[in-house]
Amino acid sequence: MRLFKIILGVAVVGILGFLGIKEIIADPVYFLELFLGGLTRGSIYALIALGYTMVYGIIQLINFAHGEIYMIGAMTALIVASVLGLWGWNSAVIVILAFVFAIVYSCAYGFTVEKIAYMPLRTAPRLSALISAIGMSLFLQNYVMLAQTSEYMPFESLIPDFKFWEPFSHIITSVEMTIIVTTVIVMILLGILIKFTKIGKAMRAAAQDKIMASLVGINVNRVISTTFVVGSATAAIGGVLIACHVGQINFYIGFLAGLKAFIAAVLGGIGSIPGAVLGSLVLGISESMFTGYFWSEYEDVFAFSILVIILIFRPSGILGRDETSKV
Amino acid sequence: MKSFFKTLALALVLLIGITAPGFAGDTIKLGSGGVISGDLAPYGISAVRGVEIAIEDLNAKSGILGKKIELLIGDDVCKPEVAVNMATKLVSDGAQMIVGHVCSGATIAANKIYKDAGLLIVSPASTNDDLTLKGEHPNFFRTISYDGAQAALMTSFVKNNLKVKTVALIHDKGDYGKGQMELARKNFESLGGVEVVLFEGVTTGAVDYTAIVQKIKRSKAELTMWGGYHSDASKIVGMLKKKKVNTIFFGADGIIGDNFVQLAGKYSDGVYATGPNDTSSNPLYKELVVKHQKKYGEAPGTFFFNGYACVQALAAAAEKAGSIDYDKMRAAMFEIKIDSPLGPIGFDKNGDVIGAGFSVYQVQNGKYTQVN
Repeated sequence: MRLFKIILGVAVVGILGFLGIKEIIADPVYFLELFLGGLTRGSIYALIALGYTMVYGIIQLINFAHGEIYMIGAMTALIVASVLGLWGWNSAVIVILAFVFAIVYSCAYGFTVEKIAYMPLRTAPRLSALISAIGMSLFLQNYVMLAQTSEYMPFESLIPDFKFWEPFSHIITSVEMTIIVTTVIVMILLGILIKFTKIGKAMRAAAQDKIMASLVGINVNRVISTTFVVGSATAAIGGVLIACHVGQINFYIGFLAGLKAFIAAVLGGIGSIPGAVLGSLVLGISESMFTGYFWSEYEDVFAFSILVIILIFRPSGILGRDETSKV
Repeated sequence: MKSFFKTLALALVLLIGITAPGFAGDTIKLGSGGVISGDLAPYGISAVRGVEIAIEDLNAKSGILGKKIELLIGDDVCKPEVAVNMATKLVSDGAQMIVGHVCSGATIAANKIYKDAGLLIVSPASTNDDLTLKGEHPNFFRTISYDGAQAALMTSFVKNNLKVKTVALIHDKGDYGKGQMELARKNFESLGGVEVVLFEGVTTGAVDYTAIVQKIKRSKAELTMWGGYHSDASKIVGMLKKKKVNTIFFGADGIIGDNFVQLAGKYSDGVYATGPNDTSSNPLYKELVVKHQKKYGEAPGTFFFNGYACVQALAAAAEKAGSIDYDKMRAAMFEIKIDSPLGPIGFDKNGDVIGAGFSVYQVQNGKYTQVN
């Protein structure tokens, strides 16, 4: 059985690879454009997927309200940027303040959502917390719809078109480049936070064993709160960046983005941070390639097919730990 | 004895339950279905406002057949499954005639309910060909021209006025958008001289449209035709301009209106779209613009005048038939001539409007301007 799987896998990869190389040689610039487009998309997925995977790593909860936190980040940035724009502030100041406000607001929402919807259910069966998460997601969507508007709103890009980048902008725009660079920076910072700081150490300890962690004096509730706050901050950054890229937002943007990021997290192995990044990039790039070389009608079908195929071969995701070793 | 009273009491309660709806009858209930929340809400709201003002105008005179008109409003969010529930609710609330819906997919789904209930329906905005041309919806009429007519105008304008040789057809996979692009492809094939180099559907509301834009660029299409609504269109237009793709963007009535121009901002300049004829010199049209401004504090939206004409048509048919009986009213629909804000209109044997067609517009300096 195992041998069969390996042979099948090699055959599929080989055929796709052969067809791919032929196409790439025929038009390398097109391939590069698709690759970079996919990389941008993957970077956005990664910023959202991080929140899913960190939360799952610690409390084994799929936080369905996470996409909404991303949406709230984008909304806040739009409101702040419009108000400051009316007051005629300098655009560099607007960018910084919009990001700061978006992050602070999203963190506040992430923190509160955890306290209201998940903490009281910490000892309840996992299904209850999951339902609570779905409820929270619907609540936030409708709340924003009623408090703001149900229509799409134009989102003026906060990131200017850099002059020096002009000759390359038909391949990758300065906004897309900013997205990729920002994602890399956020990943590095997050890596440092988790590897080298005290709270990072506490997070890893709580992920391994919550009871043991609390026995050695770690305040597990605080660690969980911090995780939600950090995850919300990355989602807010993603929200603002993609809004700059797409140019419009409404209350519903969090749903599809959240769903795709969730797939990416599962693809990479939910609970694993490098896994979430890898899964996001794989998903983003392969979606882009599929649209570019095949049919965009089936883009979502393809995204879910990849998920199914990878989970057949590696049930715990690309970089996921086996479920047995966790127990 | 005790059980006798119990039974009597129960019987009385049930009796009240049964007779209660029967008292209605002093008014004529007009149901309005369409999208009034969600991202397509501007379309539906514009139509409902037309219905509201038309009913006010009629009630100020003598209503329909001397009875006042009562408006029941339903929201289908542009989703077929919601539309069916909503239609059922309108029917059970006692609606006697319907104006609606907006999105063609929702109208097709909801009309199963109206047809079974024996209600006439006049739509201000659903343009899908199947609604009238297949003969499956005998109770259906509309005050807007149909996709086939619109697609014919689009394709002939592209070939004869813009003189392009290659087109990319992109749609949102919905009944309206995909249907329109399939018609356009058929028309281009029969016209000849214009090659369809790309025919693709995209996911509506997707995170990112970069890949499809790169694909349009690679196809070197001189013109990109879009079948779908304004929010996705504005994302694609923006991305096409940012990626410096040299292609003309051409849409249908799904992107006509100020909300597209607002969303796409500076990227909307030069975009072509077909939309209902400009009848702004019509006296009733002018009068209604003033009324709308007074009541809602803004200029009328896309389907406002079509919505107004729907109510006019139903009222005229009822007056002509002398009753609101389905068969009599339906027969009258084919005979009436209405002085609507869209000009003098009537209905052909399929239920399609006569006298209100489409024109081609282009965004110039942030406003749609008629160009043909």
